[in-house]
Amino acid sequence: MATDLAPPPTSAASISGRRRRRAGLRDVFTRYRWLYLMLLPGVVYFALFKYLPMYGVTIAFQDFLPFLGYSGSPWVGFKHFEELFSGPDFGRLLFNTLFLALLHIVFVFPAPIVVALLLNELRVTVLKRTVQSLVYIPHFLSWTIVASLTYILFAADFGVLSGWIRDVLGDTSKIDYMAQEEWFRPIVVLQQLWKQTGWGTIIYLAALAGVDPQLYEAARMDGAGRFKQLWHVTLPAIRPTIVVMAILASGNLLDSGFEQIWLMTTSLNRSVADVFDTYVYYSGITQGAISYSTAVGLFKGVAGVILIFGSNWLAKRLGQRGLF
Amino acid sequence: MNSMKHKKPATEYSTVGSRVFDVVNVAVLVGLALVTVLPLLYVLAGSFAGEAEISSRPFFLWPEKFVTESYRYIFATDTFVRALLTTVVVTAVGTVVQVLLTFTMAYPLAKRYLPGRALVLNLIIFTLVFTGGMIPTYLVVRDLGLLDSYWALILPLAINPFYLIIVKSFFQELPQALEEAARIDGCNEMGVFFKIVLPLSKPIIATFSLFYAVGIWNDYMSPLLYISDPDKWTLQILVRQLVSTDAANALSQMDRTWVPPEQGLKFAVVVIATLPILFFYPFLQKHFTKGVLIGSVKE
Repeated sequence: MATDLAPPPTSAASISGRRRRRAGLRDVFTRYRWLYLMLLPGVVYFALFKYLPMYGVTIAFQDFLPFLGYSGSPWVGFKHFEELFSGPDFGRLLFNTLFLALLHIVFVFPAPIVVALLLNELRVTVLKRTVQSLVYIPHFLSWTIVASLTYILFAADFGVLSGWIRDVLGDTSKIDYMAQEEWFRPIVVLQQLWKQTGWGTIIYLAALAGVDPQLYEAARMDGAGRFKQLWHVTLPAIRPTIVVMAILASGNLLDSGFEQIWLMTTSLNRSVADVFDTYVYYSGITQGAISYSTAVGLFKGVAGVILIFGSNWLAKRLGQRGLF
Repeated sequence: MNSMKHKKPATEYSTVGSRVFDVVNVAVLVGLALVTVLPLLYVLAGSFAGEAEISSRPFFLWPEKFVTESYRYIFATDTFVRALLTTVVVTAVGTVVQVLLTFTMAYPLAKRYLPGRALVLNLIIFTLVFTGGMIPTYLVVRDLGLLDSYWALILPLAINPFYLIIVKSFFQELPQALEEAARIDGCNEMGVFFKIVLPLSKPIIATFSLFYAVGIWNDYMSPLLYISDPDKWTLQILVRQLVSTDAANALSQMDRTWVPPEQGLKFAVVVIATLPILFFYPFLQKHFTKGVLIGSVKE
């Protein structure tokens, strides 16, 4: 391989002895000093903004006081976790978060697979390209824009979608659907479908492009029609991709997407909108419960790690390849 | 043509069921494309329409009377102009910083013979699985004195681990002969990187510049967390304030007698916050496939 054109190993490697080895380490640093120098800013970045916060989660087990710092604040063990699990908010948070996750699994996760399969059956190349170019666009728009479009389309007085809903339901009152509890979840799911379905097809289309045409030939020889080919050749071909995406998605089950949910939360729909992500912000930044909100975040993070490793293990048990 | 190459026997597509499916399929996908773009076209049309037209016509793609009142109003306010300039500058500076940091770190990580490389890579990959979370990160930013600083919008997101890994893989694929030649000519690794490797990487630099720029431009969470001074608001925060709350109150207008076009300015500000993205979209799309297969995994 090209990159194996490495400089020859340092001579120190062949000589034993502690002093020699230390000299060898210094040799290594001298030899690769430019590479290490280039590595340094990035390492500082990861240390500061990724690993220091990981150390910072220790305040979840303290009553953190800013002027006493990470080391001086008193330790309180699992107090904040007990407060979370036995508190009045936990049940609602867990229910709302899991409900949104369930809706995600049922509607949002399969949507790109279906659309990719449909695109794959489209034989007019120009049309296929055009549709692809258009449905990718929303991925690049911010959640603020998506939320704004929603406000405009669902506006109580002039919104075109609220007008349609009113016509369908025969509703004559000028209700603001954005403020209704029962409309929160449908709207959030619609937003996710609109923003991410098109973009999500890319990875499946790439997998579909890699299917060996001979498999279709063989299926046709055996008398398989279009739909049988889809079932017996196309779907099995993208199954590994679906599994990998499912494992990754499972790690995010408790991630409701902070920006989207925060932007769609109003004082009127809090009972259905509050999820762990926004609750961390609300309790930590707005109310200043630093240690408590860190504990909430840590609970979510650890659960995410368990979920991703768990589903990876499960995928392997079921005979799939898994992610790692 | 691609479709010619993959042409399948006619019998297979001539059955009634198959034909019906094709028609339905085209209809569904065209419908999907329309659902995607129509809201954007409506907002564009609405931004050039008067207040009366917005409230009386439920949906239109071309204003009956073409007016620029909404744009003239928002560009006459300090708040909007300042937010727009802030966002442009932060995006420009941030993109340069992020691309520079990402590419400089990716290069040594692409050298398989570098001692310690595997350790650093594993530590980076671990951050994809577990993070400290919002509050501990907020405390770090605060302790660094970055609250209410524009750097808080750039530095905490300086290196996207996914992008870093893609760039690293790209460097690994580069032919090593040129680098070797430069080294023999007495160039050190830093010189090789800036004189040989970066010029060879122009397309991928362009790709990730766009991805990073879109990321900063669209970022709502960082300014929400780290910026409390209204004078330092970014466009996304302003869009939020304008659309979800009383629009005109969020803008400081010098001329008190000018009655704001309440709805129209929401449309206009959404258009302006979207326009740069749509402008760069064709370029983004050209480079999609390079970064996207791993990048899309992120969501």
